[in-house]
Amino acid sequence: MAIETMTMARALNVGLRRAMEKNKKVLIMGEDVGKLGGVFRITDGLQKDFGEERVIDAPLAESAIVGTAVGLAIRGYRTVCEIQFDGFVYPAFDQIVSQVAKLHKRSDGVYTMALVIRLPFQGGIGAIEHHSESPEAYFAQTAGLRVVACSTPNDAYWMIQQSIEHDDPIIFCETKCRYWEKGEVELDGPTEGLFDAVVRREGSDVTVIGYGSTVKTALRAADAAAQEGVSLEVIDARSLAPLDFATLATSVEKTGRLVVVQEAPHTASIGSEIVAELTERCFYSLRAPGVRVSGYHVPYPPSRIEEDYRPSVDRVLDAVDRVMGFDS
Amino acid sequence: MIDEELVQLLTPEGERVSHPDYESTLGANEILGLYRDMVIIRRLCNESTSLQRQGQLALWAPVQGQEAAQIGAGRALAPMDFTFPTYREHGIAWCRGVPPEDMLRIFRAVSNGGWDAQKYRHSVPTVVLGNQALHAVGYAMGVQRDGAEEAVMTFFGDGASSQGDVLESFVWAASFNAPIVFFCQNNQWGISTPMSTQSKIPLYHRAHGFGFPGVRVDGNDVLAVYEVTKRALESARVGGGPTLIEAYTYRLGAHTTSDDPTRYRVDAEVEVWRHRDPIERVKSLLVRQYKIKAKTFDEIAAEAEAMALKLRDDVLAMDRPDPITMFDNAYASEHPLVDEGRRDMIELGVSGGSH
Repeated sequence: MAIETMTMARALNVGLRRAMEKNKKVLIMGEDVGKLGGVFRITDGLQKDFGEERVIDAPLAESAIVGTAVGLAIRGYRTVCEIQFDGFVYPAFDQIVSQVAKLHKRSDGVYTMALVIRLPFQGGIGAIEHHSESPEAYFAQTAGLRVVACSTPNDAYWMIQQSIEHDDPIIFCETKCRYWEKGEVELDGPTEGLFDAVVRREGSDVTVIGYGSTVKTALRAADAAAQEGVSLEVIDARSLAPLDFATLATSVEKTGRLVVVQEAPHTASIGSEIVAELTERCFYSLRAPGVRVSGYHVPYPPSRIEEDYRPSVDRVLDAVDRVMGFDS
Repeated sequence: MIDEELVQLLTPEGERVSHPDYESTLGANEILGLYRDMVIIRRLCNESTSLQRQGQLALWAPVQGQEAAQIGAGRALAPMDFTFPTYREHGIAWCRGVPPEDMLRIFRAVSNGGWDAQKYRHSVPTVVLGNQALHAVGYAMGVQRDGAEEAVMTFFGDGASSQGDVLESFVWAASFNAPIVFFCQNNQWGISTPMSTQSKIPLYHRAHGFGFPGVRVDGNDVLAVYEVTKRALESARVGGGPTLIEAYTYRLGAHTTSDDPTRYRVDAEVEVWRHRDPIERVKSLLVRQYKIKAKTFDEIAAEAEAMALKLRDDVLAMDRPDPITMFDNAYASEHPLVDEGRRDMIELGVSGGSH
């Protein structure tokens, strides 16, 4: 099996390249994506190789980037829209919610909204305001959209290609604080489906579910808990809408305890949905209520104190203690 | 750059020129004052760039090249006018009296704002492109309803001119004849996006289509910017409605310290604009026409240096905030989720900066 080690940023770049080679209808559009290669260099070199007709440097208007991608989709193109940062997606919110999500239905299935909206999300890079947000739940709540999150090079490489090939519109969340971390990419074929959750570490006492940046936090917590004799099973949800409840429920039925870790505040969040659904499905297996570890219910703070906002290993372990202590 | 409709009162060589519609009303002391402001802002910008390079700031948005646009506009304001800036309006903030260290709080990543907006009549910076243009129009509608003789000015760039919010703000300002000046600094680049991608016509022409006057001024000519802005503000205050000013200028530095402009523009272009430096032309005028002596320039340089040293000290003394402060001002009144978060943080014992 061909395996290559690369950063997540590079994996996205190569994945986009593969998709563009495979299908001439694939376009990329966004601010600074062409000549500059994107502010994170995810699209580096693609305009040079595929031309300005396919890698489009957009005027500065997010609503227009998504709105014109809708028209391109109606015309049969598959556009990968880059939104520069999570906090800049809101000018496009109307187009995403009112049009992207609903046009397939409104046209009685005549239109295919095959477009991907790339969204570098979550915090941890020491940025100023609007560059560290977690808006995934807004989109997960909207019928017609699918939302996925990648946080490893292998997932980035395959999930971007799978998303581009998919006929539904996809909000593609990229864990920006992991862009520069390296990992192995299996080049022969994807090991998971786009909407599958993946068990990253097996364990028996508590199921800890994360996505994006919090998967690694959960894995570090699992190392720490293991030293105290507590075994955590860590799952990367990967797909946030739909959630892969079969995989999640199998784990919770085994462990009987659930912790969800996310950077977003917990009110009406992905974590809320996971806890609610797994409580319904696994009620008789649960030995403690499911617990969410989240960002606080305040605007994302100045980045000098962001690590006190983002779920830390300590906060995950605190939640693990709570669910472990519940029935003892 | 040659545009017959470009309002210019001072050439790049420092020669005074006349314009049919505008003439400079400023005397030697006032021009020297503008020069001093520009020198201080450039020094502030250089110091901030150094602080960022030394890891003391998370980011910096340079303003080199745009000093005349900002100082000319900033000094044309009356004390009761209100301004809505982006994250690059350091020169405007300076003219409004915002202390330099407060301008750097957002870049030190210890605050998302940095100063008392009502005190300085200068709103906190808006980072999302163009959002503030609508806020400014709304504020202006309030001024109008109060019957006050005040003007509002909002700032944005050539990049934001493509955003729906900015274009919608033009519609509203025209519809309600709001007392507002739209001050667009066309610095030619929106990160890597050239002006030609944002507009196929000069930006100031857009105003006519929305039903109010547009003026293009040499944004590197502080005398012209001052006069054009002053007249637009005066018109707004007495019911003349909105004006769009396009200050034609250039971003000599990077978009921010995270940006590398060598990837998308050529040095020769930057060189051309270096010869149109906004500060040098004023100095040349002051020396030749007003016989200002070297000693005066030395004093101003020393003052800028002292400001920079103080700024450095103030920034280095700016500690990481207590994390518990993230719960302050999330709401204007008690909120159970905020109270819960604050309690959790205290119980975890992370308050005070240990993590």
